[in-house]
Amino acid sequence: MSEGLLRTTLPDRAGAALRDTFLQQALTIATTKFIDLRRESFEGFPQGEALRDRARAIKEATLQHLDVHLERLADNVERLGGTVHWAATAEEAREIVLRLARDRGVRMAVKSKSMATEEIDLNEALEHAGVTPVETDLGEYIIQLAHEKPSHIIAPAIHKTKGQVAELFSRELGGRFEADPEVLTAVARRALRQKFLEADMGITGANFAVADTGTVVLVTNEGNGRMVTSLPRIHVALMGIEKVIPSMSDLVVFLDILARSATGQKLSSYTTLVRGPRRAGELEGPEEFHLILLDNGRARQIASTLREALYCLRCGACLNVCPVYRQIGGHAYGYTYPGPIGILLTAMLKGNESVRELAHASSLCGACKDVCPVRIDIPRMLVELREHLDREKIAPWSERVVFHAFRRLLLSPAAFRLSARAGRWLQRPFVRAGRLRGLPLLLGRWTRTRDLPPVAARTFRELWKELR
Amino acid sequence: MAAPVRASLMITCLGDVFFPEVGVAMVRLLRGLGVEVDFPEGQTCCGLPLFNSGYHHDAALVAARTVELFERAEHVVVPSGSCAWMVKTEYPGLLKHDPARRAAAESLARRTRELSQFLVEVLGVTRLDARFEGKVTYHDSCHLLRGLGESAAPRALLRGVPGVELVELPGADQCCGFGGSFSVRLPEVSSAILDKKLASVEATGARCLVACDAGCLMQMGGGLSRRGSSVKAIHLAQVLAGEGPR
Repeated sequence: MSEGLLRTTLPDRAGAALRDTFLQQALTIATTKFIDLRRESFEGFPQGEALRDRARAIKEATLQHLDVHLERLADNVERLGGTVHWAATAEEAREIVLRLARDRGVRMAVKSKSMATEEIDLNEALEHAGVTPVETDLGEYIIQLAHEKPSHIIAPAIHKTKGQVAELFSRELGGRFEADPEVLTAVARRALRQKFLEADMGITGANFAVADTGTVVLVTNEGNGRMVTSLPRIHVALMGIEKVIPSMSDLVVFLDILARSATGQKLSSYTTLVRGPRRAGELEGPEEFHLILLDNGRARQIASTLREALYCLRCGACLNVCPVYRQIGGHAYGYTYPGPIGILLTAMLKGNESVRELAHASSLCGACKDVCPVRIDIPRMLVELREHLDREKIAPWSERVVFHAFRRLLLSPAAFRLSARAGRWLQRPFVRAGRLRGLPLLLGRWTRTRDLPPVAARTFRELWKELR
Repeated sequence: MAAPVRASLMITCLGDVFFPEVGVAMVRLLRGLGVEVDFPEGQTCCGLPLFNSGYHHDAALVAARTVELFERAEHVVVPSGSCAWMVKTEYPGLLKHDPARRAAAESLARRTRELSQFLVEVLGVTRLDARFEGKVTYHDSCHLLRGLGESAAPRALLRGVPGVELVELPGADQCCGFGGSFSVRLPEVSSAILDKKLASVEATGARCLVACDAGCLMQMGGGLSRRGSSVKAIHLAQVLAGEGPR
């Protein structure tokens, strides 16, 4: 199990992020903008609340019969001339893509933005096998040039300022580019045009897959999704099994709230519906279409604590409003999926051991639950996850000892009274101008940046004797 | 004349040990409104810290004890949104395996209210006798706002105090970074969140920052005094009782 664990600690990663002034600037600007756009979008959309309930109900119901919907999807994709592959693990999914690339002599693959391919570390695997992966979403392109990982589910380069992108492009693409988003976008577009034409394989994720019709749906803003799915001779779509929805009328419900939640748009600029490969008489489209259905730990959560995390649409709204994410950004979380939902997805994909620290990277403020388009109760699930960490003895023994002792204290009013009295005595050396400073041990973590009120000269329960 | 309303105080662990003046203000305020106040002395803490950190078995033991202690209370009034939320929202679930206890927890949940909600919903208070001079701003604590869905009552009450000028805090609904044990598990992150909050507080020009949760007040008050700010963090009860900052 330790294979997936990180070598750095969360406080270290968070601390580094807090000291990165570029990151702080970029995060504040971008998340604030996303929050405002989302709010404005829903303010002018009174039916949005009912649609969110409806979307949640569809996800709930679909998961009840996930196997049925997936088989229906697979049948319909094959009926349209596509090929369906079932991948139980990330490794199997990688193998499927690599085998396709090998068998068909693929040297270059263009990709549209996909968290699922990030989840299985597909780019590394492709490179290793001699296939050049080219990210064509602007944010992903930036990240790939910088040899980094996405730090946000929909805005992978959110941690970079435009100045940093200008420097990166100037260095990597040869030239001297100013920090103007329009200029930089034009530069990327020029560099990518040629790649679309050269590539033998297009790789995408899927925002939804409609079981009834065998349609894979891509929600994008840059048009690159269309190029990736229509220009190369092979299109491979990789999707988590929870992305299936029953019908086109369900799709309408999701499309109505997804872009609003993500970017505040009524609809994204492009909604690409893919139904199998090019058919006889059609002018464009790939010769082959492959759909990979990825489990990777999802199915076993259907009846467990993390079930609701399978409703996630990957809109990123919970990241934007999360006070923790807004301070530390996505990389500090350490895994593919950042933010509050990312903690749950990491537990799902990598096991509870991997979230020993991360499960506590939330103040449980509940802002995430409020904006989630399918109303995932993230704070509750985090608390339940923490409960598992205690029960499975994954939480550090020292912590468990402290909390069990605390419980004993709370069960005995006499001990509780005594500890207040003891605190009053012990705090004496640390009282400065009526405040506690420079406390030792665990409490020092508080007093490094904040004062603590001292234990009162007389507690309320002592004062009550005179008040009654 | 109708029988007086009787309320039992759930003073909370932080309220008892660190902020007794809030409890005193609350007693004065409630008595001034004709409420008969009592304080079940066996109380300690609602168990929220245990619950939030995942120690649910331990939290359930504390919940069971608290439910018993307040069994005969007509109303239970809590000066902290998070503790009220714990009792109202989580107690029944924690005690679900014992039908009798669960029923008792559900009864307690119905009888328990956070202070501002008690004043507005039960007593129908709109205007207070107290006087309080100056500009104040209000921070929504997460559990009161998103947990119990309350944002109007505290603001209405503040406006009902002659002399109070309430200015809206930009981002009032954003977390102060306390989060219980979160504040010492990730102290740097907690403090960074706090810094943003306090910057907006200071920009309002208010002389008092009002909240309805001991946790937020400890966090924001601790940050304000550390940065040598002239702004004081105080509990709603203190304003409503006409008590200025110490």
